[in-house]
Order: sequence, then C-alpha cells, then structure tokens
Amino acid sequence: MKKLLNNKAARTNLITYLVVVLAFLAMQLMNSAGMLGSSMKGFLVPICVYISLAVSLNLLVGICGELSLGHAGFMGIGAFSGILIAALLKNTIPNDFLRLLCAMLGGGVFAGVVGFVIGVPVLRLRGDYLAIVTLAFGEIMKNIVGNLYAGTDAEGFHIAISTSRMPLGEGGKYIINGPLGATGIQKLATFSMGFLLVLFTLFVVLNLINSKEGRAIKAVRDNRIAAESVGINVTAFRMKAFVVSAFLAGMAGALFGLNYSSVTATKFNFNTSINILVFVVLGGMGNILGSVISATVLYILPEAMRSLQDYRMILYAIVLIVVMLCTWSPKVKEYLSVAADKALGIFRKKEVGTNE
Amino acid sequence: MRILQYLINGISIGSVYAIIALGYTMVYGIAKMLNFAHGDVIMVGAYISFCVTSYLGLPAWAGVLAAVAVCTVLGVVIEGLAYKPLRGTPSLAVLITAIGVSYFLQNAAQLIWSSSPKNFSSIVTMKPISMAGGKLVITGEVLLTVAACILVMVGLTLFTGKTRTGKAMRAVSEDRDAAQLMGINVNRTISLTFAIGSALAAIAGVLLCSTVPTLQPTTGSMPGIRAFTAAVFGGIGSIPGAMLGGILLGIIETFSKAYLSTQFSDAIVFSVLIIILLVKPAGLLGRQMQEKV
Repeated sequence: MKKLLNNKAARTNLITYLVVVLAFLAMQLMNSAGMLGSSMKGFLVPICVYISLAVSLNLLVGICGELSLGHAGFMGIGAFSGILIAALLKNTIPNDFLRLLCAMLGGGVFAGVVGFVIGVPVLRLRGDYLAIVTLAFGEIMKNIVGNLYAGTDAEGFHIAISTSRMPLGEGGKYIINGPLGATGIQKLATFSMGFLLVLFTLFVVLNLINSKEGRAIKAVRDNRIAAESVGINVTAFRMKAFVVSAFLAGMAGALFGLNYSSVTATKFNFNTSINILVFVVLGGMGNILGSVISATVLYILPEAMRSLQDYRMILYAIVLIVVMLCTWSPKVKEYLSVAADKALGIFRKKEVGTNE
Repeated sequence: MRILQYLINGISIGSVYAIIALGYTMVYGIAKMLNFAHGDVIMVGAYISFCVTSYLGLPAWAGVLAAVAVCTVLGVVIEGLAYKPLRGTPSLAVLITAIGVSYFLQNAAQLIWSSSPKNFSSIVTMKPISMAGGKLVITGEVLLTVAACILVMVGLTLFTGKTRTGKAMRAVSEDRDAAQLMGINVNRTISLTFAIGSALAAIAGVLLCSTVPTLQPTTGSMPGIRAFTAAVFGGIGSIPGAMLGGILLGIIETFSKAYLSTQFSDAIVFSVLIIILLVKPAGLLGRQMQEKV
C-alpha cells in the first residue's frame, strides 16, 4: 500500500477513481433524498456518456497526440447499432440490464471494427491531415446513418441503406427510419450503468496509459522518428489507441442512444465532435481527471445558464475564449501571475499590520 | 447539353468555395492554424450586405463594399484579440479558440438578427442568358461569381508574386523565424493575411447568398467546412491549390447530386477527399515536406 502511494501515477489514478466514485455516491444520496430536480436527473446519463467520450478522446488526442475531429461518428455508430441490438434482443433477453449491457458491448464492437477498417488507410496521415480525414469520416458516417433503414416484419429482420424508404411487409415496424432516425426506443439507460461505463472507460484508459503499450504510445507522440528508431512499431500502436478509443466511444454512444425515445443521425455531427474536443483540451490534454471534471462542468454550464436564454451560448463562447487565453497565452499568464502577486502582497502587508 | 449545364453550375458553386478556401489556405500557410471561424465571417459579410441594401436601401455595390470593410476590420480584430496572444502555443489551443470565436459570431448574429432566415435578394439584376433553345441557361450570378473568382485569383497571384508585402507574406509562410531575421514585420504580415482572407470571405458571403438566398446565423458553417475541405484537397497553404480544389469540389458535388444521388452527395464528396489524401497526402498541388531527423 505504501509503495502504491509513493508511485505518482498510481496515486493520480487512485484520486481519479475516488473522485468518480464519490461523485456517484453523492448523486445517488441526493437523488434518494429527493434533492435533484427533474432537469438535473435528466443530465446524469448524458454527463456519464460525455465523460466516457472525453476520456476516450483524450487517449487519442492527449496521450497519442493525434487530433481527431470525428469522435461523434463513432458515437453515432455505437448509438444506432446499440439501439438495433436492444430492439432485436427484446424477446431473447428479457432482463433490461443485461440487454443494455449487450447493446453497449455490441455498439462498442461495431464502432471498434469500423475504427479498425478506417484506421488502416487513415493512420498513414499525420497532424492536421489526420484531423481533416477524421472530420470527413464523421460527415460520411452521419450521411450514411441518415439514410439507413432497419425494421422487422412477419418475414424477419430487414436492413437497407437507400435513398428511398425501404418497404416493409405486413406487421412491419421500423427501428431506424432513415432521416427520421430511430424512433420508439425503449429507454434502457440508467445512471448506474452510466457510472459503470465511466469506471470501465477509466479502467481501460488508465491501465493502457501506464502499461508498456502506453509508454510506447507516448514515445510515438513525443518523437515519432526516435520511437521508430528504437524499434517501436508506430503504426501498430497508433492503431491500438485508435481502435480502443473508437470502441469506448461506441459504448458511450449506445448508452446515449438508449437514453432517449428518439435519436436522429444529425445529433452526431461535427459540432458534437468539437464539443468533446473542447472538453479534452480545457480539461488538459493527457490529464484524465481533467477530462472527467471539464466534461461535467462544461455540460452543465450551458444548461445552468438557461435562465439567461439567448445570452447563454454567447457567454459560453466568451468563457471558452477567455479560459483558453488565460491557460495558454504566455502574456496573459504573466499578467495574471503579477496581478496575483500584487493581490497577495496587499494581503500579506495587512497581515503584518495586524500582527503589530 | 445537360452535362454542360451541370458543369457550369458546378464551376459556379466551386468558385464560391474557391474564394472561401483562399482565406483558409492563406491563414493556414502563414499562421499555421485551422481558422474554424472563417465560415462565420462569411455569414457576417452576407448579413452586413443584406442590412445595407434592405434596411438602408442603398445599391448593391455599397452593400458589398460595406461587407468587405466590416469583415476586414472584424478579421483583424479577431486575430488581434483571440489569436495573437496564443502565437507559439500548440495548434490545438488556437484551434479551440477559433471554435470559441465561431460560436461567438454565430450567437452574436442570432442576437442581432434573430435566428429566423432572411430572404437575401440577389445583387445581380441581369437577365439569364439562354442558349441552345433554353437548354443551357447561364444566370447573371454564375457569370459574376466566376468573374469574381478569376479576378481574385489573378489579383492574389500578382500580389504575392510582385509586391514587397506579398513577397513578405510568402517569406513568412516559408520560414517565420528566418523572415523575422530578414527584418520582416511578422505580426503585421499575419494581420494583413487575416484582413485579406476576411475581405475575401465577405465577397464569398455575398456571392453565396445571391445564389442560395436564405440567410441565417448558421449559413456560413457548412460552406465553411466544404471550402476547408477544398483547401485541403488542393493542398493547404497553396493559393492555386485552393482555387483548383474549390472548383473541383464544386463540380464533384454538382455531378454526384445530378447523376448519383442527392442524399449521398456529402458522403461522396468526403470520400473523394479521403481517397485524394491517401494517394497524395499533401493534396493536389501541395508540397510534400521532407522530414528532417
């Protein structure tokens, strides 16, 4: 135990887990005491989803150093495949919790496979070009899912990607209805499952970071050529990070999809990808606890400012710019530290004064 | 004949993309940043022109001039307030700030002009030219867009090739530190790039809304992403590349809508982009940088 506490990485990980578990317990307590409003209750699952998305994107952006602008694409794949699986297994697995688990795993596997297929050609690119291709991929996914039809009728299950509505036989029921999206979803998502998802994501990502693989990935990020020259298979490690990240995003997407009664493909657009990226960057690249906190705060912030109505998004934008300037700009940082010194100086003088 | 009509329409929309893409590519070449707020500057330009012509009742050219003037100032102000303090920090930090600026512009526009779409009246009053018995129609907007595109292209090529400031711009994009050592005022050059890019965005905004007349706070975002794709397509950082990329993208988009599928046009356009980047990772006219160890 002592050894564990002396290890810095292990200590940070422990703190991360503790924060998440305590936050969950606090929320559960407040919920049972009836202290949470109905809107706050509605936020609980999406917050868990966005935490998982931010942590999984942080693996890609912060640890691996690859800028991805298509994370919402994987989320969308997970959401729609999760919804399909949940609908199809309705009679096979009556237990809601188990069915949700299957849907999330299925969504994750689906997104992971797509991630692998895309990763093979795409990971040849680097830097801004990778960002652009992931952006393009996100748009393609949105476009395809927006024209996906799936449903069941007397003859069984049908699925088609087409420009016109797929016809269904007698007693047919659409699960995914093209541009109208998935409708009539049974809301399976629960806060406990969201909490488990966050824990699972943290477990996977934190363990990956502190493993042999993680050190190799970081080496690739810091200096690709040097890493290559000491025998690290750069492509394989980038691929691993990419697929794991896609898998986790798919799981989170499935939970997200099963939290609403209807979901359309437009939800998983460029703006959503960007929002997740904002969570990662403001939380600190490579800092997992930072992602957890910033995803929570930044998700609640625009919602909490709802009373300001039209001004809330403009305020959000200003907060975003100001925070970026304060945390990154060398000049603003210097100015702030001088100001802080001055403020503290006055404080100290006063203290001295009272002592006399 | 139909194929020719689609080609003309494609070149027309492609010219708008090309003008927007020039703004992206110049800023990327010089400041090495993805300026995601560029699309929203287009929208501001279109609104300014709309206000001047509809509310003040001034002629179209006054609207265009006002839009160019306001956007130029806006571009320089944005650069000075939001991007300049972040110079030298990782590109992701600047990217997120640009996204913040983009949110800001969109929501400010929503506050000022409300989110309900405005009906933008075209700045062209010319009657469409009909050829081959009405089978081939060339509207005034198409002529104006293509003419503007050629003018901008020639102007920029001359500017970057012949003038001292233009050469300074090229030098900064080549090697910022070396340019500074040679006595080039890097900060002023970057501000100037933003000014030119934003002025072009204003022109593009007016042209775009003359062709597609609905104007709302999100008008600029999708053409912005498209044009950004076009810039990458042609090789980001290269001025002729942005031009070529924009026009090719417009043609591909029009043809895939006409012959393949309207619903899947997005997927087709972006797939072509991915394929091009896989074959030529630096874009069509981009220079492949040699990596130094």
